[in-house]
Amino acid sequence: MNSAPSAIAVRSVSKSFGRGDAMVRVLSDVSVEIGVREFFTLLGPSGCGKTTLLRLIAGFEELDSGDILIDGVRVDHLPPFRRPVNTVFQSYALFPHLTVAQNVAFALELQDLPRAEVRRRAGEALEMVRMGALAARKPAELSGGQQQRVALARALAPRPKVLLLDEPLSALDLKLRKEMQIELKQLQAEAGITFVFVTHDQEEALTLSDRIAVMQGGRILQLGTPREIYERPAHRFVADFIGEINLLEGQVSGHGKVRLDCGAEISAGAGQAAGARVTVAIRPERARLVRGGVLQAEVTHVAYLGTATIMQLRLADGGPFLLRAAADDLPAIGGRVQVDLPSDALQVFAA
Amino acid sequence: MSGTAPLRRAGLVGPALVTVLVLVGVPLCIMVWVSLLGRGTTIGVDWQSVPSLANYARLIWEEDFDGTLLFNPTYLSILWRSVWQAAATTAICVLVGLPVALWMASLPRGLRNVVILLVTIPFWTNLLVRNYAWLIILREDGAVSWAVNALWPFGPVQLLYNDTAILIGLVYSFLPFMILPLYAVFEKFDWRLLEAAYDLGANRWRALRRVIIPLAMPGIIAGSMLVFIPSLGSFVTAALLGGGKSMMMGNLIQMQFGQSRNWPFGAAISVVLLALMMLVLMGIALWKKRAEQST
Ligand SMILES: Nc1ncnc2c1ncn2[C@@H]1O[C@H](COP(=O)(O)OP(=O)(O)OP(=O)(O)O)[C@@H](O)[C@H]1O
Ligand SMILES: [Mg+2]
Repeated sequence: MNSAPSAIAVRSVSKSFGRGDAMVRVLSDVSVEIGVREFFTLLGPSGCGKTTLLRLIAGFEELDSGDILIDGVRVDHLPPFRRPVNTVFQSYALFPHLTVAQNVAFALELQDLPRAEVRRRAGEALEMVRMGALAARKPAELSGGQQQRVALARALAPRPKVLLLDEPLSALDLKLRKEMQIELKQLQAEAGITFVFVTHDQEEALTLSDRIAVMQGGRILQLGTPREIYERPAHRFVADFIGEINLLEGQVSGHGKVRLDCGAEISAGAGQAAGARVTVAIRPERARLVRGGVLQAEVTHVAYLGTATIMQLRLADGGPFLLRAAADDLPAIGGRVQVDLPSDALQVFAA
Repeated sequence: MSGTAPLRRAGLVGPALVTVLVLVGVPLCIMVWVSLLGRGTTIGVDWQSVPSLANYARLIWEEDFDGTLLFNPTYLSILWRSVWQAAATTAICVLVGLPVALWMASLPRGLRNVVILLVTIPFWTNLLVRNYAWLIILREDGAVSWAVNALWPFGPVQLLYNDTAILIGLVYSFLPFMILPLYAVFEKFDWRLLEAAYDLGANRWRALRRVIIPLAMPGIIAGSMLVFIPSLGSFVTAALLGGGKSMMMGNLIQMQFGQSRNWPFGAAISVVLLALMMLVLMGIALWKKRAEQST
């Protein structure tokens, strides 16, 4: 283990809002270490506490319990302006009385840099988000996506050690969003900034992140690389939330055998006691159309995507099953097919 | 179609225009006319006299026994003191009103309404009565005077019958006019902007200067006009708390229409006061326009 402190350490942090009967627990015992220069993503459904965690790190909310360390220093008692982090706010929070250029120069001016330096660095940040041409506008004269890009430039301009980004690309159209994703990733690597990135777009999370924390209901359910999260989800919720997956209910019928509710019996669920209800999960691209496969199904829908074919199947018990196959496998709708579930592609979750 | 639109617009604007003309324009004309006339013997104005600028000249020069004009600084110094006094009142009201309004906006909703009520309660009482109250508070053998003198190391202090007393009275009278427009701004204020300022490294003072005050400017301007204009014309406070020693424009005017029975001179001072206020308003408007262009 190297002894360098992590960029951010969150230790057993809990946070509630309100008091008495109206009290809601928003974060429960959240712990995470984020490495220097890491692109770290918080991923989870709306209301799971992502923004709250960012606000705690930035210093806008007070902890109920636990510690937060930035660069190895406890920051619990530091006001936001003494913390070496900048935020791209979910609501943008651009200053309406200042122009785009003045917004971006705000932090630089506070650092008492020379005027020319301020102008140069603000200009650079604006160019990066392709807003140089609109530098003289006021925020009210910009579209949502343009405002979001200004918010990004404003937080980047002072080159913080840690940047907290709360869904910074959510208002952009797909093309611009893809471009900005690449730009962000490049910038993060080049400037050596630690990113704590919030999104509820799982594809964005998978493509950009070094590590992802999947959150639900104020807890981190799983922490890992995109690959680990995608291929080895630790929870049924994570499996369901990230990418497409088939969840088949069943019952453990004896050593390493599960009888699915659709009638098929498969080998899976080794560590489970006989009789236990389980959920067996498999990604659409890992299931295979094989004559003599264990699942009997009827084709209900076929979508040809060019690179692949997505098939919607109906199992014996009426449940749906999604299957992704090579582009030339085109069974007829209404046809009967058999599906094989390779045992190394299966995940079993206790129900 | 296009011919009726201007007509209809005239019809809509008409009533407002007539009201303004009758209630503001006509009295104003009468006032300017009276300011040009001579002093009467029975009712304070001689309607038959020949119009002249003599009343305005009197503000600056006084006629010697032999008819030569001598510079007379009395009225100009009263004018100057009034403007200064009103400006100081406005400045103090901004300094006090801003934190109070900020504090009010930070209260829970239910409590806010209570505080607004408390701020407006003084309006339920007559201004004269409230000034008499200050007379009692600041009087020489009062508790406040005693406490100040006990703490103040440099000799005895008199609280009443001086410019400070007038200033206290004016600030007290007009502070609500500053607090309320400022509160109206802060009530709608997007506090996330303050968080953004902190986040970008602004401490509380710099966030106040660079974000809160610029965004509160409309409220500060509105409040300043609401405080400055009545302060400049006020006479009750100066008469009571100033002990009649320090004369203000308002007292001067009131005296001309009262004891002195010199309506034309009173009207002339009023016209000057009005012109002054117009100048201030125009200055503010110009400054606002410049500020908007420069950003
Ligand atoms: N100031 C507050 N007072 C009371 N409840 C709050 C407050 N801030 C957040 N919450 C609640 O805390 C929960 C988590 O909110 P948070 O903003 O962290 O969610 P999020 O994960 O960022 O969601 P989204 O993806 O929609 O932005 C929500 O249920 C929200 O209603
Ligand atoms: Mg959020």
